[in-house]
Amino acid sequence: MLGEGILKGLAETARNFAGSFVSKERMTTVEYPEERAPLPEASRVFPFLVYDGSDWQAGMRCVACQICEKECPPKCIYIEKSKDKKPDYTGKLQIYPARFDIDISVCMSCQICVEVCPFEAIKMDTEFELSTTDRFGGLLYDRKQLARSNEYYHSIHPTEASEVDARLADEKAKADAKAKAAAEAAKAKAAAAAATPTNAAPATKSQLAQPTADPASQESKG
Amino acid sequence: MIEKADQIFILLRNWLVSFLPPAWQTAAGVVLGVIGIIAVFPGLFAITTVLERKGIGRMQNRLGPNRVGPFGILQPIADAIKSLTKEDVIPTNADGVVHFLAPVYLVVVAFMGFAVLPVGRNMVLVDMDASLLFYFAMGASTEVSIFMAGWSSRNKYSLLGAMRAVAQMISYEVPLLLSSVVIVMMTGSLSLVKIVEAQNQYTWGLPHWYIFTPWGFAGFIMYAIAGTAETNRSPFDLPEGESELVAGYFTEYSGFKFALFFLAEYLGMLSISGLGTTLFLGGWSAPLAALTWVPSWFWFFSKVMLSIVVFIWIRGTLPRLRQDQLMNFAWKFVIPMTLLNLFVAAIWRFMGEGWLRWIVSSSILIVVYIAVARAGMRRKHFGPRSYRYAD
Repeated sequence: MLGEGILKGLAETARNFAGSFVSKERMTTVEYPEERAPLPEASRVFPFLVYDGSDWQAGMRCVACQICEKECPPKCIYIEKSKDKKPDYTGKLQIYPARFDIDISVCMSCQICVEVCPFEAIKMDTEFELSTTDRFGGLLYDRKQLARSNEYYHSIHPTEASEVDARLADEKAKADAKAKAAAEAAKAKAAAAAATPTNAAPATKSQLAQPTADPASQESKG
Repeated sequence: MIEKADQIFILLRNWLVSFLPPAWQTAAGVVLGVIGIIAVFPGLFAITTVLERKGIGRMQNRLGPNRVGPFGILQPIADAIKSLTKEDVIPTNADGVVHFLAPVYLVVVAFMGFAVLPVGRNMVLVDMDASLLFYFAMGASTEVSIFMAGWSSRNKYSLLGAMRAVAQMISYEVPLLLSSVVIVMMTGSLSLVKIVEAQNQYTWGLPHWYIFTPWGFAGFIMYAIAGTAETNRSPFDLPEGESELVAGYFTEYSGFKFALFFLAEYLGMLSISGLGTTLFLGGWSAPLAALTWVPSWFWFFSKVMLSIVVFIWIRGTLPRLRQDQLMNFAWKFVIPMTLLNLFVAAIWRFMGEGWLRWIVSSSILIVVYIAVARAGMRRKHFGPRSYRYAD
């Protein structure tokens, strides 16, 4: 019958019209600035640098190894190594980045820097409201702007952050055990050397050689 | 008191005019009436735009505009400021004078139609004997302006839109007129004031509106279809089909000229609704005898806004027609039905009072409707596609 379809269509739109006032699942609109949909855990925008503890400079995990700088496809990372050293999370002395800049106007959010980092130091942020009135300086982030605490990392990517923490704790335990074993071995050797003073020189040499083996073991896991 | 509320605008005008010397009073009264029309209908246009955007949004399960003012009701003001402050671009190759005149002419003509619409008891700007004729003359001249706009822009989209618009509006002008002629046959007058007065009677508390007769109902449906096409509204919005023609005949218009086209489209919608209300829905008369104490202008404007709501509802429902469907629908369905409706109205007129005329005229209309619809809806059997040269 001619016109039947039109009436059916009118009924359908009327149902939608009335339904949008009563049913919550019909209205999927999220009014963005006031309310916002929760971000999926895997969402990512631009990288940031993780630090442990409360002081961003002391706790920074980055050791300025420059792997990310070299791997970055659009070359948006710039790193300058420091001259002095500071202890990392295992207590070992490491160099740190004197400058660490990311130009987020160049960054393409590929996450390659995160994948190559052997020190779990660089991670992806979920902050996307980054508009600025200065399109050159305002989009070039230095290490202070990039530094975020490990707690913040936990708040945006909880699963991933716990995995990272477990891995780091595991490594720290391993490193501690190794150091302990080394220390005990050294002590035993020292005791032996005390017994036979002529062998003292080789024992101290092996004790010094111990820390240099550590970075190699860390790199192999990445 | 009721009398005063009904005539409040007339009394207000007379009171304002009484301050002037007698020689000026008639002219001042007319000017005040014009100011009233120019103030009220664009105001309704503003309400309609926000109503339309909110309504269609809700039909599509969206919120619609809700940023400017509470619930977005100040959106039209923001739109007006935006269109006034925008740059007015005229294409280099455009015919400047015609390009400028087209929107002005369109808006002027769109306003002219309101001059003869009785918006309430005694509330009509020009009470002429042939006001229906005047209205259609004004309505038909919008086509000139649309073609002016399309031609002067020197843009193929504009020209295509204008060609479509002219073809469509001339085709649908015929059923629009033919469906209104029925009313003239029954009332024996071309005066819209007399047409409303003829409908302002009640039997058992129910009004004598023409929509409540078989020929009136059929005429109203045809009028609504033709009126929708005449105002280039969806589903007949081919002239400005934005998915095909950018914006049709006003592609090359920007800033306030664009806003004028927009205004004219909505004014056309309001005035077609106003005429439909006057012809079929009893104009300013109350829907029940018990409600005659409500001011007459209230009834007129509520009926107009109700028709606008139906316009919006249809826009939210139906997809756009194809050009051949549009033309076939006009010439093969709507025009034959309106011609039949003339015949049915004549039968009704000469069968005299009684229930027999109800049965005869409604059965003729229903039988022919079903027959024409079946013939038109019959599936066309196309054979397998054959190629003359490609094989």
